[in-house]
Amino acid sequence: MRVGVVTFPGTLDDHDAARAVRYAGGQAISLWHGEADLHDVDGVILPGGFSYGDYLRCGAIARFSPIMSAIVPAAERGLPVLGICNGFQVLCESHLLPGALTRNVGLHFLCRDQEIEIVNNQSAWTNDFAANSRITIPLKNGEGSYQCDKKTLDDLERNGRVIARYVGVNPNGSMNAIAGITNEQGNVVGIMPHPEHAIDSLTGPSADGLAFFTSLVKSRV
Amino acid sequence: MARVIVDVVLKDEILDPQGDAISRALPRMGFTFTPTAIRQGKSFILTLERSPDASEMAQIEKAAATLLSNPVIENFTIRVEN
Amino acid sequence: MMALDTVAVASATPDIKQPWRELGLKEDEYQRIREILGRRPTSSELAMYSVMWSEHCSYKSSKVHLRQFGEKAPKSAALLVGIGENAGVVDVGQGYAVTFKVESHNHPSFIEPYQGAATGVGGIVRDILTMGARPVAILDPLRFGAADALDTKRVLPGVVAGIGGYGNCIGVPTVGGEVVFDPSYIGNPLVNALCVGVMRHEDIKLAKASGAGNLVVLFGAKTGGDGIGGVSVLASETFDDKKPTKRPAVQVGDPFTEKVLIECSLEIFAADLVVGIQDLGGAGLSCATSELASAGTGGMRIELDRVPLRDAHLSPEEILMSESQERMCAIVPPEKIGRFLEICQRWDVVATVIGEVTSGSHLEITWHGDLIVDVPPRTVAHDGPVYNRPMKRPIDQEVLLQNNAESLPRPKTSKEIADAILDLVGSPNMADKSWITEQYDRYVQGNTIAAGPSDAALIRIDEQSFLGVAVATDCNGRFCALDPYQGTQLALAEAVRNVAVTGARPLALTNCLNFGSPEDPAVMWQFAESVRALADGALEMGLPVTGGNVSFYNQTGSTAILPTPVIGVLGVIDDVREAISYKFTGIKEFILLGETLEELSGGEWAHRQGHLGGIPPRVDLQRELSLANFMNAQRDYIAAAHDLSDGGLIIALIEMLLQSKTGAQISIHGDTFMHLFSESTGRVLLAVDPKDANYLVAQATQAGISTTRLGKSGGENLEITGVETLSMLHIREVNQRTIPELFSA
Repeated sequence: MRVGVVTFPGTLDDHDAARAVRYAGGQAISLWHGEADLHDVDGVILPGGFSYGDYLRCGAIARFSPIMSAIVPAAERGLPVLGICNGFQVLCESHLLPGALTRNVGLHFLCRDQEIEIVNNQSAWTNDFAANSRITIPLKNGEGSYQCDKKTLDDLERNGRVIARYVGVNPNGSMNAIAGITNEQGNVVGIMPHPEHAIDSLTGPSADGLAFFTSLVKSRV
Repeated sequence: MARVIVDVVLKDEILDPQGDAISRALPRMGFTFTPTAIRQGKSFILTLERSPDASEMAQIEKAAATLLSNPVIENFTIRVEN
Repeated sequence: MMALDTVAVASATPDIKQPWRELGLKEDEYQRIREILGRRPTSSELAMYSVMWSEHCSYKSSKVHLRQFGEKAPKSAALLVGIGENAGVVDVGQGYAVTFKVESHNHPSFIEPYQGAATGVGGIVRDILTMGARPVAILDPLRFGAADALDTKRVLPGVVAGIGGYGNCIGVPTVGGEVVFDPSYIGNPLVNALCVGVMRHEDIKLAKASGAGNLVVLFGAKTGGDGIGGVSVLASETFDDKKPTKRPAVQVGDPFTEKVLIECSLEIFAADLVVGIQDLGGAGLSCATSELASAGTGGMRIELDRVPLRDAHLSPEEILMSESQERMCAIVPPEKIGRFLEICQRWDVVATVIGEVTSGSHLEITWHGDLIVDVPPRTVAHDGPVYNRPMKRPIDQEVLLQNNAESLPRPKTSKEIADAILDLVGSPNMADKSWITEQYDRYVQGNTIAAGPSDAALIRIDEQSFLGVAVATDCNGRFCALDPYQGTQLALAEAVRNVAVTGARPLALTNCLNFGSPEDPAVMWQFAESVRALADGALEMGLPVTGGNVSFYNQTGSTAILPTPVIGVLGVIDDVREAISYKFTGIKEFILLGETLEELSGGEWAHRQGHLGGIPPRVDLQRELSLANFMNAQRDYIAAAHDLSDGGLIIALIEMLLQSKTGAQISIHGDTFMHLFSESTGRVLLAVDPKDANYLVAQATQAGISTTRLGKSGGENLEITGVETLSMLHIREVNQRTIPELFSA
């Protein structure tokens, strides 16, 4: 299973995402932002970081890269795409996912081990979780507050498109404690916390995050 | 020479923690005027060689709507200064 | 606009009055420059010498003392690059080399906390990058005035936001450091930053320009008016409103540019395209060119007008002095420049050939063809003035030492001791610092095995072999104020111990010596004693000093800061999976290694009583080494370990219990208060499986280490003989509310 990992200028967690793909048994393929070539991958990860320094708005510039001009139509045709943190922001800016991520309500960058509940285990990236699994993975961002209009929120909730919610105190003010969402088809997923930093308990708070990656790698194409 | 200023601000229904923090800071610093709300936004100042014509204004509006602002959460206004 | 001051003009006009005094030079230094050049210096040359001969760049007050690090250097097979380069490098095994260094950015952080701290991080990271390494960890030793002081509320949040804002954005995890509050730092906060980098032995790069014909390439950010400061006296004096406002001595950082610079540089290194490289920090281009040329084999010629500028109105002097961030200077063989520029273009990094290495012996700089600098580079970079400043032990030092904390009235009843415990646990220095550390990304790069509140940060280097390094920084300024020699060795002991409790083997040292004004003989005495102590201690422990930083003038009027020599220790651990944790699960028995004496002077409890006086705790470096060996040898039998330092046993115990989310039942024999609050050194608290307790005690006894069995973990309370029972929930609440209450907006 070939999984593309995109690097924009300023991307930070690409190596970590690639490692997670390998741990899950897949092959990580590096994708350069400047090339509109997906190299026949079976899925794509937009990793965390500060693409373009978060200039203008988080993900606002990355969204116009050549690689995105290949990813957007492929995602519309069903290619699994996982956006982690900054990647989630890029997906929202590209309108592959609705809503937007805004400044944490506490105003500070926040890095902590966060418990979340997987509330939709049917998507391309969460099907290896048992229903309503509670997992602990790192959250680390300054702009993680999920916001959207009422119509979008109702639509997401009614159609089960929220894939993860924060458990306990809402760390950033996200509406309905939303930590991650998916599109209608279930192939594009955005998640704010970082599963790639919870693939073993030696380097992370748990190995709970690995299932995001095994969900894709183990599935049939 | 002309300046086109695009002011971008969060939509009313979007939480603005930065604006709130500024509101709280004012009385702490001894200011007695108390706005009922403060919203923080951004300004993009475009310097052009001359005032934009209609088609250029249309392009500026499109740039404002697609790049300079995120229409999901932000509104913008444009003014021209000569 | 003033006419360009060229070498030709300078030769022809020897008697022009020059603003050497305004630039910080002394009369004899100015005359020396004239002697070196055989004429008066041009304004550009004057600017270069004045900055490079400043305290900050030339170490003129500290050189005579720092020599001892070389003279008393212990033999170390692990040292690959020692003092003199941008950072020291040690061999950690398996073909890996680790570089590390700590630096200060104190004064800028007082002026502009966010940018001061941010650019401090940026600067040390570039120092590590320039050695050929990927930066893998940052630690931040920070010191502020009293926690409730108004100015601390101004400075601390900005500094923390700046460290996070920069460090997080460049993708280097911030994994440790310290936060210490003391009134003496109120006008002079200390913002030190340590960076660790990893590379293969063959990747080590040095800062020298060799090989006539090799090109000098400036790459990274464009040059602007950052940090020019006093040099503006040389620039055009006519007010011109077309010029951007001159910025004061504050540099502004752009971490995105630095991140891209890191990736671009590492790709360039991997392709073996440079023969020398230097980052641009203090004194910008003046420093980089003169140091590269000085360390190299010949001379250098620079066409200054080729430097890409953000501000087209900068004068040559300003360009030479600019401290614009995120810039590097590489020496590239001509046959490799094409590939070099290609890689820069891929990463969108501005790169410009600005000159070449020559076969002459001078550094020559031209401006649109006119020669404006023609100097022997060594005289600028390395032959600066050397001062032998007067030093004098303060007359009242003896009075200070007599006024000991051991004779203060102490808590006696079980309630009084319990109250003292809560007071200490909730005090700003001892309080939980999560409000701060949660603003830092500790996870990026995926190799963090342990970060604060661990005693030492643990970073994995090799994913297959699990080789790793441990890093810690420490200093108790109060101990140093009481006795600079002993206090410095205490800082060394503590930093070594912090590394040792993880099971790692200490390998090498770095230091950031923060002191008051060198013009004050009392401060100079503190400095001299401190350096002597560190050199002696390094030799005794067999740990080479690989490099470091001196920050003088941390003084407001006549009030100097506590002498604060921050010591950084790097250790190696062959398998990070075997590292000893700072927290445990299940029921454990507590064993205290080391002897507890009645030593309260300079400690946290005394500090809480507003007292500073007496003799600091004894230090025994040999005993620390035995302890380190013991921890490494017995790591499989130790569930968790925490070193004892500030706040003594009670704080070490509570910290371990809070992290392990459990209580304990502890028996103390003898003077309860003294055993809980004394700050005797050479002690470690172990949590062990009850079945291993006898074995460990026997092993310790055999190693000559005294042991005390304290009791067991369990329950929800902290029960200590002679102390009123405290609920762990209450302790946690008291410990965790202090910092957010003080600093949340």
